[in-house]
Amino acid sequence: MAKAKTTVKFQGTLEQEQALREVIEAHKDQPGALMPVLQAAQGIYGYLPVEVQEMIASGLQISVAEVYGVVTFYSQFSLNPKGRYNVSVCLGTACYVKGSEKILEAVESKLGIPSGGCTEDTKFSIDVTRCLGACGLAPVMTVNDDVYGKVEPKKVAEIIDSYMNR
Amino acid sequence: MINLTIDGIQVQVEEGTTILQAAQSVGIEIPTLCHMKELAPDGSCRMCLVEVEGARGLMTACAAPVAEGMVVHTDTPDVLESRKFILEMMLSNHTGDCMSCAANGDCKLQQYAMEYEVERGDFTGETCQIPADDSSPFFVYDPGKCILCRRCVRTCQEIQCNGTIAATERGFETTVSPVMGIKIADSNCVSCGNCVQACPTGALSLKAGKKFRKWETKKVLTTCPHCATGCQFYLIVKNGKIVAVEGADGPSNNGQLCVKGRFGSFEFVHDEGRLTDPLIKKDGKFVKATWDEALDLIAAKFTEIKKQYGGEALAGFSCSRAPNEDNYMMQKLVRCAFDSNNVDNCARVCHSASVHGLAITLGSGAMTNTIKDITEEPDVIMVVGSNPTEAHPVVGARIRRAARRGAKLIVVDPRDITLTKDCAIHLKIKPGTNVAFANGMMNIFINEGLIDEAFIKERTEGFEELAEIVKDYTPEKVAEICHIDAEDLKAAARMYAKAEKAPIIYCLGVTEHSTGTEGVMSMSNMAMMVGKLGKPGCGVNPLRGQNNVQGACDMGALPEKFPGYQNVADEAVMAKFEKAWGKTLNHVPGLKATEVLPGAIEGKIKGLYIFGEDPIVTDPDTHHVERALTSLDFLVVQDLFMTETAQYADVVLPGVSYAEKEGTFSNTERRVQRVRKAVDLGTNARLDTDIFIDVMNRMGYPQPQLTSAEIMDEIASLTPSFAGISHARLDAGESLQWPCTGKDHPGTPIMHVGKFSRGLGYFYPAKYKPSIELPDEDYPILLITGRMLYHYNTRAMTGKSKGITQIVNESYIEMNFKDADRIGIKNGDKVKVSSRRGELVTTARVGRKVSEGESFMTFHFPDGNANLLTNAVYDDIACIPEYKVCAVKIEKN
Repeated sequence: MAKAKTTVKFQGTLEQEQALREVIEAHKDQPGALMPVLQAAQGIYGYLPVEVQEMIASGLQISVAEVYGVVTFYSQFSLNPKGRYNVSVCLGTACYVKGSEKILEAVESKLGIPSGGCTEDTKFSIDVTRCLGACGLAPVMTVNDDVYGKVEPKKVAEIIDSYMNR
Repeated sequence: MINLTIDGIQVQVEEGTTILQAAQSVGIEIPTLCHMKELAPDGSCRMCLVEVEGARGLMTACAAPVAEGMVVHTDTPDVLESRKFILEMMLSNHTGDCMSCAANGDCKLQQYAMEYEVERGDFTGETCQIPADDSSPFFVYDPGKCILCRRCVRTCQEIQCNGTIAATERGFETTVSPVMGIKIADSNCVSCGNCVQACPTGALSLKAGKKFRKWETKKVLTTCPHCATGCQFYLIVKNGKIVAVEGADGPSNNGQLCVKGRFGSFEFVHDEGRLTDPLIKKDGKFVKATWDEALDLIAAKFTEIKKQYGGEALAGFSCSRAPNEDNYMMQKLVRCAFDSNNVDNCARVCHSASVHGLAITLGSGAMTNTIKDITEEPDVIMVVGSNPTEAHPVVGARIRRAARRGAKLIVVDPRDITLTKDCAIHLKIKPGTNVAFANGMMNIFINEGLIDEAFIKERTEGFEELAEIVKDYTPEKVAEICHIDAEDLKAAARMYAKAEKAPIIYCLGVTEHSTGTEGVMSMSNMAMMVGKLGKPGCGVNPLRGQNNVQGACDMGALPEKFPGYQNVADEAVMAKFEKAWGKTLNHVPGLKATEVLPGAIEGKIKGLYIFGEDPIVTDPDTHHVERALTSLDFLVVQDLFMTETAQYADVVLPGVSYAEKEGTFSNTERRVQRVRKAVDLGTNARLDTDIFIDVMNRMGYPQPQLTSAEIMDEIASLTPSFAGISHARLDAGESLQWPCTGKDHPGTPIMHVGKFSRGLGYFYPAKYKPSIELPDEDYPILLITGRMLYHYNTRAMTGKSKGITQIVNESYIEMNFKDADRIGIKNGDKVKVSSRRGELVTTARVGRKVSEGESFMTFHFPDGNANLLTNAVYDDIACIPEYKVCAVKIEKN
């Protein structure tokens, strides 16, 4: 499934921008500067929205499409921030066999965002993971550090709701 | 040299050659999908795998360099098996249907599948399900047909340097896409279509491509009719109709084209608005006439005027879009049948300042070096008053390529143009201050010891006088005049002067001023002072605006010059032409086009023959042009369309376009290239040269019927710089740049090597003079005019392209956000723009592109033609109008 395009509004601060500029400055004349700069940028902003990609592109004198190509190739990079509550659905072998794809669909439909996305209020985000080492509990999903085992699709809404008003 | 064996054949090639190139050199074909000779090897498609004895596994021929003693096999069972496997994998995820594919018959995947007998087969399972992007008016991208060879991506990034698309995502989601997955139409795509041409399958295909199959068409190699880059392309013709354009490997374009060339070069040929018959105006209305009626009337009227007022009362404007042969015959008509030298072409209003200026200082008014040379050789490029990515897009892309490989750019331009994103220094000068800028540069050259003393001493004259003048132009003073930073000016001066190879590339931002000729000479002053002339990667290089504006001037469509810039005032030259043409000619140099129009109002000019120009739209101060044309006794317009100017004519004659005739265009680098006939429309329109010949004969000058090739032979016989040029040589594959002085002469890529055409190069002592009409209380904003990417001059060609007009077809004015705020205008608002000469309503584009107090408009669009506002004041030497500076008022509409 394609990564969700950025679904939240950019709210970068001047301090973050300053930090990014320093990183770009430090790397810009090195070959292969893009990867370390992207990693640092993700560290600074938590994600890589187009505004950040544009700053990097113009700083490194490459096209923003090229930056985007690299961002979407590596799963370590995200176009969306993590929400306050990050819902992670395991698609590892055991969970998959136990139908975790249906769990993911239920989470996506409940929150109205695709995997990789973040709700507009930045409260929830969704990602997928490969094996949490809790195969005995398959299918498994986590919300931050809370682990839910033997999840059924119809239970998903209830679990999410329990975080709604926290 | 390296020796190796490929399929048992001994091959000797240079070190660094790839196996693929080595194989090609002995005629061994290795299949490739991702490889393009213009790009660095990618090695991603794996089709070119070959067996190298002793190597582990197969090697990619496109990327592997040859080595001494290498033994290569290109057709072992292992190699064939591996190619088949790759093709099977590709076909397994190829969702397209050949039957309905635009690339059917023109697809490498299809071709190799047939060659290697591969059918869709064993690999079933997941396939690409990403929908096609058909948002561009010109092409479609279908990920289902994409083999991810990245030829399009690399073309966009490395050749066009526009960086619109990249390979994004991974696995089955991998797709070629603009940033954030937006549609092509919403991206920064410039619609050059070079990605489509690069695609080996039907993934990127022309929308028009569905209407023809390769085997149904014929390809005619010709020269682009837009700007003077001189791109070579093929017209693709099906059943007598041009259906597409494909870039050819020409010296200036290497297969690349721009949106105008690729998508604006053929719909106009077949447009319904084409004139099909001669028209005579009767009682204010045009009535169809026979050629005999029209030509008899023209001959009678012009002869009558000539008898009553003399030949000087007649004038002709020749067409800088038409081939050399047409221009030659037009000036011959004026000189031999009108008995006048009042012949000019529209270089008058674009680069006449270059023609005059560089002739004065260097001895020849043309680009000194070649496009390839000034973009591939230099370490610094200085671009002055030129926006090549829009006005000469293929040159623009080549300059961006130079920047990518590390050349430093200095951009001297009042606007933030595309090149300013890539440049080391942008001097955002106030329009009309080029002479001050150049004098400031030279002040720094002298004060910082950056001048080339030996060059100045041996090859130039006039240095002391100019040095005395530039003393006053301190960086601080120039910074104030030009509205720039003195430190930036110093940095630019050092960067340019210290570079080993650095050309000056300039355009109408230098010429279209009341001091345009001095601006041009200031360019050559700078180059001579640091010895950057007559060498590779250097020179003074005007980018000419129209396909054959160089040629129109070369052919003597100039009031004081015969073909090849031979002076009318030179008695020996005059005697030569009188003898060759068998006629006593008028010895008085004629009026310039910009003098002819006022001359008509004064009553000096009574009859005018306009060939392929539309001065109502293109000349400054439209109302003034209208007065001039209505003052004439008799006006003939010969054109493809019923233009604004043709409406004023007494007789309108239908000529034919570049696609319907033979001939040559001379591009901006003095390269004479062939124009070839691709279609015959079957209307009553006639070859323009035939029309001129008929008029000449009917006016009593016996001009024999000649073909285009024969006309070129006559040109060569009378013009030393064209003496060696003929259609036969060009058709044999030679590429010739004048001066080409004999049948064995190879042409001249770089001029002024060792010696200037003038002898000694001349430093012209130019002082800065402000533009004539500057902003004041009543008209507080300065207006600059120019071109934009998608359209070309009057839109006679681009305006007929449905795709182009879909992208943009309305006028606009660029203004600075501070001015807009003050007047209360938001981006997209309708505004009224007025000057002392006229007014119009247009749409505001608000931003930072222009400086505060300045604005920019094009003259392409009839809904808001900037020439209603521009000022018909002229340069003293070249008589070029000051299009680039006038004062306007902008109000909320």
